[in-house]
Amino acid sequence: MDSGFSSPRRDAFPAGLRVLVVDDDPTWIRILEKMLKKCSYEVTTCGLAREALNLLRERKDGYDIVISDVNMPDMDGFKLLEHVGLEMDLPVIMMSVDGETSRVMKGVQHGACDYLLKPIRMKELRNIWQHVFRKRIHEAREFEGHEGFEGIHLMRNGSDQSEDGMLFSLEDMPSMKKRKDLDNNHDDKEFGDPSSTKKARVVWSVDLHQKFVKAVNQIGFDKVGPKRILDLMNVPWLTRENVASHLQKYRLYLSRLLKENDQRSSSSGTKPSDLPPRDTAGDFGFQNLTNKQQNDVAVDSFNYSDVPLQSHSSETKIRNGDLKAIVSDSIAEKRRALSGSIPGTKVSPQISLNHSSFGPLKPEGRHAVFDCTIPSTQFTWSETPEMPLKKEHKSFLQLEDSSFSHSPLHVTQRKIQGLKSHSVASVCSNPTITESEVAASVETKPMYADYKREYASSVSSIGSVVDTIPTQSKSLMENAQLSEPSSAKNLAMKTQGFNYDLEFYPENLLDEDLHFYWLQGEYYNMNWGFENIGMPEYYDPGLVAELSSHLHDSADCTLVDQGLFIA
Amino acid sequence: MDVGQMQRQLVEYTKSLFIEGYLDSQFLQLQQLQDESNPSFVAEVVSLFFEDSERILKDLTFALEQKIIDFKKVDAHVHQFKGSSSSIGAQRVKNACIAFRGYCEEQNVNSCTRCLQQVKQEYFIVKNKLETLFRLEHQIIGAGGSIPMVELSF
Repeated sequence: MDSGFSSPRRDAFPAGLRVLVVDDDPTWIRILEKMLKKCSYEVTTCGLAREALNLLRERKDGYDIVISDVNMPDMDGFKLLEHVGLEMDLPVIMMSVDGETSRVMKGVQHGACDYLLKPIRMKELRNIWQHVFRKRIHEAREFEGHEGFEGIHLMRNGSDQSEDGMLFSLEDMPSMKKRKDLDNNHDDKEFGDPSSTKKARVVWSVDLHQKFVKAVNQIGFDKVGPKRILDLMNVPWLTRENVASHLQKYRLYLSRLLKENDQRSSSSGTKPSDLPPRDTAGDFGFQNLTNKQQNDVAVDSFNYSDVPLQSHSSETKIRNGDLKAIVSDSIAEKRRALSGSIPGTKVSPQISLNHSSFGPLKPEGRHAVFDCTIPSTQFTWSETPEMPLKKEHKSFLQLEDSSFSHSPLHVTQRKIQGLKSHSVASVCSNPTITESEVAASVETKPMYADYKREYASSVSSIGSVVDTIPTQSKSLMENAQLSEPSSAKNLAMKTQGFNYDLEFYPENLLDEDLHFYWLQGEYYNMNWGFENIGMPEYYDPGLVAELSSHLHDSADCTLVDQGLFIA
Repeated sequence: MDVGQMQRQLVEYTKSLFIEGYLDSQFLQLQQLQDESNPSFVAEVVSLFFEDSERILKDLTFALEQKIIDFKKVDAHVHQFKGSSSSIGAQRVKNACIAFRGYCEEQNVNSCTRCLQQVKQEYFIVKNKLETLFRLEHQIIGAGGSIPMVELSF
């Protein structure tokens, strides 16, 4: 990856840090460029968020950090923030002349590693390298396998020029790691992406992810566990931790999609009546929510999640309600799952949501679907594919229904690329993800940062559609609610043609499992922009918290979420 | 007037701009960013600001002239202007924008129109002052002198 458009400087870090500045104000662009150059950074500027995303996607490993203004004309800065975080997993710093606490909080919730107030001082810019460094260290550590440690080790020892031992080129690590990886390259392993090696992570290639999803579906979403998945996948070099981490992200991703879906529908104001009777189980939407809420014993522990929800009351009320419900539901679901006492009845309403939309899905009755919320959301999607799913669709699709395995979710996300025209099609139409379908550059690389980068390219094809996409991917889950029979399929992709492959996550993903995993202490850092939310504290409620955080400003979550689960 | 006098005049003039609140420390930052590699950095940035401002003000005026005013849009423009005025340290303009935003929230048409006038006024005043400043600088350079650094104890 050093062969990127700008090869990483080998000088003393942080000199040569490759910064991408995004701001629509020409005066600020000029000033920031000058200031950053004075810090010996390599600066690239752009005035539009989309332009920035394109740049980032073109050169997967061409930048170290992104600084963006919150108010951009073509795309909300927070959304951009999420995309970057998910697709490229780069640290993003937000800027604004507005320093209201709520805004800053929003930035943090969306994953900004810092929020600077304009006018910005030189000293503030001088220190931005710490975010890059911190991330690298964090990632290296996160990678539990030996690679991680080795990465750090290599990093420390491999620097060309370390005066005091602290200065080293971060690129050394990836390149060294790359060498190592090449040695160990297996068929399934795809370390081809330089960016992935840089991160010292498992790259969840399309193949790999498909294997994963297949395994999950085989086992059954409600029974899935990393060990079982690992066994089924039969990938020698993969570790249980890798799988667990991936599973967690997958779940979150789905749940977020569900949520977004809900929010979207709520905000878009689609009427539940529009939805065709997909809810075989009956009223999914709010009714389910109410049920769930009642059943949620765990609600208390998720106060945190509630809070953020409240704070975004600006969103539709429904949304808040949904969130709560969703959160509660999810929690309840989890609890139930864990205790193994998931009342079929309770769950079923939820499940139906998912079922209906996903044609092939067999209602299993166990959908840890969080968002049984707004049926209309789904409807919206199916009805108005073009409709930008800007609204937050952070629905949590935690579908436990194994039937989802056949759901469009599995649709290859690859299709995303061709989806520029908002043709969701691929998602739903193909129950199984076929690699061949991966037309888009979207390499269904789930969750991992590297993966995201690939995804980013596919995402880019979607352009503004991105917003809608997130829902799409999750939409599969959420779309279950879509009125259309083939809804699930159409939902996801339609809106944005972004075939994220939400399909990854068949309903089988149980948040229970996630929950369980969390309990196991496998809280993996999900780079969904949650990082800054202090998720770790919410071990159990963590999931909820994350979900809730995503609920905020869901509008932006979309792409990013989907990107994660693109297979 | 000899170079020395011109230089003193420039220093006094610059100081007055700060003392009277037309400019704040951000302008100093800009001046500090200027170096040999980019000797007219401040002038460039300021002219970018002028260009952008004209555009924003035009949009603002247009938005407030509508039969049905979209206050969100107006607010967005004001926010934008606030941001760009802060970039060069045009303090009074920025403050006028802050007040303006308050009225946008209230959706008070009359107050907003008044605010627009104030913002415009502040803008033109500071524009005038900066142009004078640059003129003085040019004169000094033209006379073979160098621009003195203004020391301010902020």
